[in-house]
Amino acid sequence: MREVAVVSFAQAPNVRRDSDRNEVEILMPVLHEVRQKVGLDRSDIDFVVHGSTDFQAGMPFSFVAALDAYGAWPPINESHVEMDGAWALYEAWVKIQTGEVDTALVFAYGKGSPGDLPDVMRLQLDPYLLYPLGVDPVGLAALQARAFLDSTDHTEADMAAVAVRDRKNGTSNPCAQVVGDFTVEELLSEPPFVAPLRRHDCPPISDGASAVILAADGRARDLVPSPAWIRGIDHRIEAAPLGNRDLTVSASTRIAAEKAGASGDFDIAELHAPFTHQSIILEEVLGIDSSTASVNPSGGALCANPLMVAGLTRVGEAAQRILDGAAGRALAHATSGACLQQNLVCVLEGDG
Amino acid sequence: MSEGATEDLVTGIVVPVSIQYDYTAGEAASRFLAHIPEKRLVGQRHGDTGLVYVPPRGSDPADGEPTEQDVELGDKGIITTFCVVNVPFAGQAVECPYVCAQVLLDGADIPFQALIQEADVEAIHAGMRIEAVWVDDDDLAPTLESIRYFRPTGEPDADPASYKDHM
Repeated sequence: MREVAVVSFAQAPNVRRDSDRNEVEILMPVLHEVRQKVGLDRSDIDFVVHGSTDFQAGMPFSFVAALDAYGAWPPINESHVEMDGAWALYEAWVKIQTGEVDTALVFAYGKGSPGDLPDVMRLQLDPYLLYPLGVDPVGLAALQARAFLDSTDHTEADMAAVAVRDRKNGTSNPCAQVVGDFTVEELLSEPPFVAPLRRHDCPPISDGASAVILAADGRARDLVPSPAWIRGIDHRIEAAPLGNRDLTVSASTRIAAEKAGASGDFDIAELHAPFTHQSIILEEVLGIDSSTASVNPSGGALCANPLMVAGLTRVGEAAQRILDGAAGRALAHATSGACLQQNLVCVLEGDG
Repeated sequence: MSEGATEDLVTGIVVPVSIQYDYTAGEAASRFLAHIPEKRLVGQRHGDTGLVYVPPRGSDPADGEPTEQDVELGDKGIITTFCVVNVPFAGQAVECPYVCAQVLLDGADIPFQALIQEADVEAIHAGMRIEAVWVDDDDLAPTLESIRYFRPTGEPDADPASYKDHM
């Protein structure tokens, strides 16, 4: 296996509605920044891959137009996944493993504001039996939360504690969208939103974009003093019908973590948990010791959750702390689909 | 499967789907559209290459650099290539046969597609000079629909060498 590292990360400020800029205009400064941080020209990038979805953009082949933010002349080696950018990163990692390329730029963008996001998200459901019911992602997550509360010893206070932790962490992240200093008692005094979920248990709708650059051993050490090496990466998927799986555990995360070698101690963990109870499910299945590991130092998806972007941002946020020398070993997680259907786990380490 | 069960199969259901999107034109397109009610076509220039794009999208699609300088272009140009539409289809707003052309405005480096009218279809050709025909002043709005179509000006054709890089 070739050693591959994250050497650069950049992101746009996450906002509820960027009513001035279109997707290309949001992306362009991010794609410039991520290259400028490591002094790479476009000609130094061997492969470009990104994640986005036409359903959110509301136009066919929107991912082709997005390349205007990067530039495609002379012709570039390029790919796209209709998935969160974390899966684009996986493709880039595989591409580097083939030996065909040494550097890759991975990006993701998502504007949740043009369409009604719950309506858009419903389109991922089975069109015969589930879609006509009108259930949206918050409703599905509430079903999962109810099953979780009823089958474990966890309480709504435990869920509120996740929101308190993440949104306080988010106060130090200038790109975070919904942040603040709350207490569990304050949050529990709020009325239910979609019971048992309160608003604090749910992510915001976001407009955002992020990008990372991967480099193989040999290139990575030339670019940064402390590359964030990808020591393991794996992703697994479960059945789409909610009745076909146990919603209170995350079997796909468990297997992905085993395959990625995500055991032992971590300095930080960036978990893509859009809902508070999902963070608890993930922390348990990943065996994260929150007494030694800082969980979601960026604030996580509860502070900003741009669709197709938030997973890649978790990898970037985790890697950035290794690049900065603030962490030696980090775990990054990304999810996709309803109720943690698909999960990716990435183990990052510094040289130390 | 028994014959009876086959007769009971559901062969289709109707599930209406609709989503409303409110697009953001973006900063570059907004600047362009804001000039349309003044009957002005304003492109944008890439600082390094000098290339002028219209309608502008804010970036140079060749290298991803921002196009930040506004360039006044006027509403005349040439046809670089064209097709004659002979096939009617649902919702067609123009009578067949008609011409769709790539229109290169004077001073621009990229053509855009437009309808050609007030011309004999057989006479239309590459290099032909054309000009915009605008809607009535009261109907001007920040949309490309403010241009009804382009029509030939009768001026001499452009030298093919002048547009060979814009085909």
